[in-house]
Amino acid sequence: MKNILEGSRAIALTIKNINPAVVSAYPITPQTHIVEDLAKFKADGEADYEYARAESEFAAASIVLGASATGVRTYTATCSQGLLLMAEVVYNIAGMRLPIVMTCANRAVSAPINIWNDQQDVMSVRDAGWIMFFAENHQETVDQHIMAYKIAEKLKLPVMVNVDGFVLTHTYEPVEIPTREQIKKYLPDYKSTKGEFLDPNNPVTMGAFATPADYMEIREELHNDLIASKKIIDEEYKKFNKFFKQTVNGQQSTVNSPFLEYTGPSNPKVILVAMGSVIGTIKETVSEMNNIKSLAANLMREKIGILKIKIYRPFPAEEILKIIGKAKYVAVIDKSISLGQIGILASDIKAAAQGKINSKIQSFIVGLGGRDVTKEMVKKIIREVKTNGDEVKFIGK
Amino acid sequence: MKIVVKPNTSIKNKTGGWRTFYPEVSPQKCINCGLCAKVCPEGIIYKDEKAPKPYFHADLDYCKGCGLCAAECPVKAITMMLDNK
Ligand code: SF4
Ligand code: SF4
Repeated sequence: MKNILEGSRAIALTIKNINPAVVSAYPITPQTHIVEDLAKFKADGEADYEYARAESEFAAASIVLGASATGVRTYTATCSQGLLLMAEVVYNIAGMRLPIVMTCANRAVSAPINIWNDQQDVMSVRDAGWIMFFAENHQETVDQHIMAYKIAEKLKLPVMVNVDGFVLTHTYEPVEIPTREQIKKYLPDYKSTKGEFLDPNNPVTMGAFATPADYMEIREELHNDLIASKKIIDEEYKKFNKFFKQTVNGQQSTVNSPFLEYTGPSNPKVILVAMGSVIGTIKETVSEMNNIKSLAANLMREKIGILKIKIYRPFPAEEILKIIGKAKYVAVIDKSISLGQIGILASDIKAAAQGKINSKIQSFIVGLGGRDVTKEMVKKIIREVKTNGDEVKFIGK
Repeated sequence: MKIVVKPNTSIKNKTGGWRTFYPEVSPQKCINCGLCAKVCPEGIIYKDEKAPKPYFHADLDYCKGCGLCAAECPVKAITMMLDNK
């Protein structure tokens, strides 16, 4: 059954049904209703996880790290400055191969102080070794959280589910939350591997010291495992879709995988690439062109393709190139920037495309610090990408 | 590579090479009070029972040369020497 729910509440209800043993969070701005709702469920006796209120985001991340090391399922959520404060622990979690799932409600980073949406926060920890999901809408957010636990626990890799702050966390949409019983069939109770968790009866050392003799191989292995995780992610996505048929995403799409979703003709002239909720705005913009109110018809007529990236790490380079290689112009729309370089997703795509495809790839920056991304801006990007030059452009108006 | 290991296995990492100075104990002066073993942040000073006159000395495979033992020794039995190796 579908309910009209706030994004944060939808996530909180999903987490309650996923049934972690420990939830920890720091209750101040920047934070969302997700952990507030989880605290209330606990206070009202509706949930039996241990809820640890931390003294900082650094502590919250450390508490879930410790709890996960004892071999139980954990959850935390953060965003913006909170994620930056967690950064050291975020690296430790991946390095220690703990299957932690965290929601990041993507928001801008100070200074100037700003509590609104963009994706600069997560992009600052993109190299930490986490699998990174990006959701477009509420239903996808719910689905990705359930998949995240399955993948994390199977691969012993942490997963971060990114949802656009405010745009998804504070808005209402119809969404279906699977019950605890339904989830349990797809995602059984977590059992950690024997001898690989903290247990007084069988002491082990985790996160130990590694000298130059070993460190490099350990990092290389983490990288290789992230790359290899794509196979399991693909399997789990197919399994998920069999278990939960409510998924609304990807129905109009031409190509749909756990990593990306492409909607548009097979011979596009322009492809717009983006991550998160802005995809909805792009689809709306194209739908309304030519006064015919049809996304599919307009995509054909305008020869425009829309490419949504759903998993940013491990980076689906081959899958992306297969799609964008057919277009003459590729506009990569980032809600973050590597200051002094270009948009971060754009930079990754350009690196992957080097010497392999001939499309012009241009970086466009939108929506920083909560600036609304309007249909006019999307149209402007479509016009701009077809002109000469490929320097990074800020589209603020 | 196994990253969860048994306790006490990191002793394979010989960290003594990091130091500049090493502690040299004079067995004659040492009164076996054990203070140096207590203050050593590495926990690697042991009593040598087999020596003709038992005294405390550091395991140089791990001593980082901080000099705490020399500073604390009540009878100045420890001298920090430049490690030329
Ligand atoms: S110099 Fe420091 S590390 Fe070395 S034995 Fe003395 S107290 Fe221990
Ligand atoms: S502190 Fe000095 S006297 Fe005491 S045991 Fe150590 S070396 Fe010997």
